[in-house]
Amino acid sequence: MTTMVIKYVWEVPVRVAHWVNFLAIVILSVTGYYIGAPKTLGVDPSRFVMGWVRFIHFVAAYAFTVSVLSRIYWAFVGNSYSSWRAYVPWLTSEGRYRMLETFRYYTFMSRKVPHVTGHNALAGATYSLVYCLFLVQVATGFALYAEHAPASVMHKLTGWLFLLFSNQGMRLTHHLLMWLFVAFAIHHVYSAWLMDVKERGGVMSGIFGGYKSVPEKE
Amino acid sequence: MGKKRVGGKGDSTEQKIKRDFVERSIWEEKGISRRDFMKFCSAMSAALALPVTFAPRIAEALDQVKRPTLVWLEFQDCAGNTEALLRASSPTVTELVLDVLSIDYHETIMAAAGHQAEAALAKVLKEQKGKYIVVVEGSIPLKDNGVYCCIGGRSALDIAREVCGNAFATIAVGSCASFGGLPAAAPNPTGAVGVKEAVPNARVINLPGCPLNPDNLTATVVHYLTFNKLPTTDSLGRPLFAYGKRIHDACERRPHFDAGQYVESWGDHGHKKGFCLYKMGCKGPETFHNCPTQRYNEKTSWPVAAGHGCAGCSEPQFWDTMTPFYKRLPNVPGFGIESTADKIGAGIAVATAAAFAAHGVVSALRKGDDQSGKKED
Ligand code: HEM
Ligand code: SF4
Repeated sequence: MTTMVIKYVWEVPVRVAHWVNFLAIVILSVTGYYIGAPKTLGVDPSRFVMGWVRFIHFVAAYAFTVSVLSRIYWAFVGNSYSSWRAYVPWLTSEGRYRMLETFRYYTFMSRKVPHVTGHNALAGATYSLVYCLFLVQVATGFALYAEHAPASVMHKLTGWLFLLFSNQGMRLTHHLLMWLFVAFAIHHVYSAWLMDVKERGGVMSGIFGGYKSVPEKE
Repeated sequence: MGKKRVGGKGDSTEQKIKRDFVERSIWEEKGISRRDFMKFCSAMSAALALPVTFAPRIAEALDQVKRPTLVWLEFQDCAGNTEALLRASSPTVTELVLDVLSIDYHETIMAAAGHQAEAALAKVLKEQKGKYIVVVEGSIPLKDNGVYCCIGGRSALDIAREVCGNAFATIAVGSCASFGGLPAAAPNPTGAVGVKEAVPNARVINLPGCPLNPDNLTATVVHYLTFNKLPTTDSLGRPLFAYGKRIHDACERRPHFDAGQYVESWGDHGHKKGFCLYKMGCKGPETFHNCPTQRYNEKTSWPVAAGHGCAGCSEPQFWDTMTPFYKRLPNVPGFGIESTADKIGAGIAVATAAAFAAHGVVSALRKGDDQSGKKED
């Protein structure tokens, strides 16, 4: 048995961004689902049900946007575990080897639990895909938001997106991405749990307190 | 209208009185009182989103008989825009504005026919080069050398290149002339496009809508007569005074949208009460047009007021992108007709959960996973 030592891995900005993302995505998904398929909840016309739901969606949207952008910034200034390098494992041959190794473990082709202190290679690659989708969600969200004010700066910044999407295609994309995030969340919690159990590396507690236990060698 | 506003800058009171009460303008000769005329001018300044103080300027411009030439071309269309323009139950000021113009060629309403008609057009082209205005209704087919729409033995493309290319400006009326419209709907068998795409060098202003609101055409013409230039447009070439705002943001049902009161099915309680048509597929949130304020048929009504969702007819390719008209979102491409985004999305989520649950069971039962391999590297 390898001796484990406790190590500080996830710095404060990483953890804050993670939990802001978590909260924002939950709020955005719930409110977004209502925006997409509302029920008649207003008992009389003086209520403001959809108004509030949209308002909450937009407040959470700003929080989410700031959080996503700060995390990307931190990938360039933070410690090595949170560095952008961890998210593009396919760029190096070692990274590619590690991705394969993790893939073999996940698909039961190998019994060797791939221990890494930060993210495992496959997880890192997944997160960069997820972050790309986050950016698409933010961009489509703001493009749709800006439609109420066609002369605004926001519309000028996002208007070009309508060259890529039809107006309805943009809504469909924004809507479908929500479901991909739900699927991702299921995968994400499960994998973290799995690693926690199998690696005994404190993946779960790590994201709360920042510390993970790692084999002494490292 | 105050008398003072009507007069030109240096006019004496006497002159103003003369202008207002004594002189008979062309309008009065046509049986329109000065009062109605001024009302029309303020309505036009409102339509153009100008302050009311512009009304006298508009009045002055319209009082001078300039009679710029107007040519009206019809290509792949249903003549619905002509219909909208001629819809009036009684002669209106709108129609008379078109009398201020000299309509030298209009296939549907002109008396001349055949070679005589074509000769009239040729005359305009020769004598008014760069000065006349063209209104185009209908799309222009490009496929197979444009054989799908020929007039007098010439293809629509050929005619449009010559007539629009030599005009002062082209006003594309309706969604077909603006963006290809219904003839351009997938699979677009004739290769139909709008005027700007067919004749890129022409100066085109788009007035989409199915049909266009004739008030917007009148306002565009009035703008030209008053300021001698075309109104400013958005990136799709649509004048901002008419297409600068979303239907959803000016809709009379919007308070119900914000309150959370929706029509859930046709004829239900909410529908009778005039609730928001969002769930019935209203495309007001994605459509830029002044329908809620300008309305159709002499400001009588518009689709949402009549209880039907907006179909998004003033947006490019609306027939392809705004359908299904009675659902909020389009179908997901590549899946069956009835697959909504939510069905597919929930399917993905459930499948993911199931896959990981199965994975979890296997992992829990599996013994002997460890990191010993780690020591090797
Ligand atoms: C995790 C992130 C997000 C999720 C899961 C999410 C989810 C959703 C969903 C499901 C809808 C309904 C779409 C429809 O059926 O038409 C929606 C609507 C909307 N979202 Fe988001 N959203 C997210 C982020 C954002 C962001 C960052 C913005 C930026 C302001 C935004 C702005 C909007 C707007 C404006 C609408 C209304 C669209 C319309 O008018 O139809 N969303 N969102
Ligand atoms: S009826 Fe249509 S345009 Fe009007 S508020 Fe509802 S969704 Fe918006």
